[in-house]
Amino acid sequence: MIRSASDDQRIVITGIGLTAPNGDNLADYRAALLAGKSGVEPYNIRYIGDTLAGVCHFNELKHQNRKDVRRGTRAGSVSIYCAREAVADSGIDWEAIDRERVGVYIGLTEHGNVETENEVYEISQFNYDTKVWTHHHNPRTVANNPAGEITLNMGITGPHYTIGAACAAGNAGLIQGAQMLMLGECDFAIAGGVSESIRTFGIFAGFASQGALAAHTDPTKASRPFDRGRNGIVVSEGGCIYTLERYSDATKRGAKIYGELVGYSMTSDATDFVLPNPTQQARCMNQALKRAGLNAEDIDIVSTHATATPSGDVQECIALRTVFGNSKRTHINNTKSFIGHAMGAAGSLELAGNLPSFQDNVCHATINVDDLDPECDLPGLVLNEPRETAGVEYILNNSFGMLGINSAVIIKRV
Amino acid sequence: MTRDEIKLEVLDILSDIAPDEDLSQLKDDVSFREQMELDSMDFLDIVMELRKRHRIQIPEDDYVNLASMDSTVTFLEPLMKDIQRV
Repeated sequence: MIRSASDDQRIVITGIGLTAPNGDNLADYRAALLAGKSGVEPYNIRYIGDTLAGVCHFNELKHQNRKDVRRGTRAGSVSIYCAREAVADSGIDWEAIDRERVGVYIGLTEHGNVETENEVYEISQFNYDTKVWTHHHNPRTVANNPAGEITLNMGITGPHYTIGAACAAGNAGLIQGAQMLMLGECDFAIAGGVSESIRTFGIFAGFASQGALAAHTDPTKASRPFDRGRNGIVVSEGGCIYTLERYSDATKRGAKIYGELVGYSMTSDATDFVLPNPTQQARCMNQALKRAGLNAEDIDIVSTHATATPSGDVQECIALRTVFGNSKRTHINNTKSFIGHAMGAAGSLELAGNLPSFQDNVCHATINVDDLDPECDLPGLVLNEPRETAGVEYILNNSFGMLGINSAVIIKRV
Repeated sequence: MTRDEIKLEVLDILSDIAPDEDLSQLKDDVSFREQMELDSMDFLDIVMELRKRHRIQIPEDDYVNLASMDSTVTFLEPLMKDIQRV
């Protein structure tokens, strides 16, 4: 159990840096979620043509020069922006910190598809002459690229790597950072998830072939988890990176604390490449609760993973009903309805959108539910308008992914 | 291309590869590396751009000729004399 841990084994969030399709910092992002503002927009990509996506509009040049942007990847730029913003938000004295003791742990759904497809297209313009294949391809596509770009940009000489965890990656990055702090592998962790997936056609084509790509005449209404009219996923890019510290270190320097990671769990379905398994999802949530020493009735907000696929939402609702069906206290929401599915960033972004609830006691809604699917009619579901609560002590954040990967984290107000 | 046109072409490539640099004060007889932040990957970018734009293949042993603007233009002059600048 994490809850019985000593202060040097308690892990807290002390900084947040993010870019979402509807905000490039926590304050703007939270305001958009409370105002019901979507970040989904029309999007055009090679081979697919006109579609929809969640696109981030942060200023890449805020923390990089033009040459480094050109040399690196979009995922690298997202990561650098979020990491720099998180460190600034944490208030740590970055010039004084021992950067050998900083660890970087970034969750990814995938990496390298964008860069490889771009190069294949490039050589297609030269009759597939591989002599024009860029020498930048390998450093751009190694799986540690986004985390490595952070270390290059910030002069960090501690460990860095990425965690490939499909769409559970945002939670997985957070968990990895916490574990490395507990193990003493680092003293300050930069951890979360990022995605650049919208920068090539493959993910759109793949979901379209699967019958799981959202379409709607109004982009802002395209992502509609739990609605009977939902027709698939809006693919988005984004990033959300946290600074994590041991509670003892954070309090010693008087850091602002967003919340404490008091429980987490990762499990596997072992049943299907794509279809989720509600029994294992429920086991994942229950295991996180058990480790936190909590009951379902203790959780004030559940941030759902639901992506607006016809079957996936129902499966998660079966799992949620199993765990939270009798909890009168628990509110349930969904952030993808605003920003689409930010893939590797989804878990960490969706958690971040809920963390201000510890201060304002408001649970943001799941929007675009005009006709609630009866199979998704969960008690506690916050539909279309934010809801005032009696107080928020605990948030549980779900993130699931392909190949049957499940994750849940529980954050406590400090 | 004339020597002047080749120089303009190299400057155009450099402006892509090193977009943060001010190239207006570049001295032709001084090595690029003494005047700009260029590493080995950047020099490979120069080679790649010449290959892509003009189908010029530069053997690795000849990379040394790309040290300064003067040496680069001298090296490229016979290779680019029949190429029209677009």
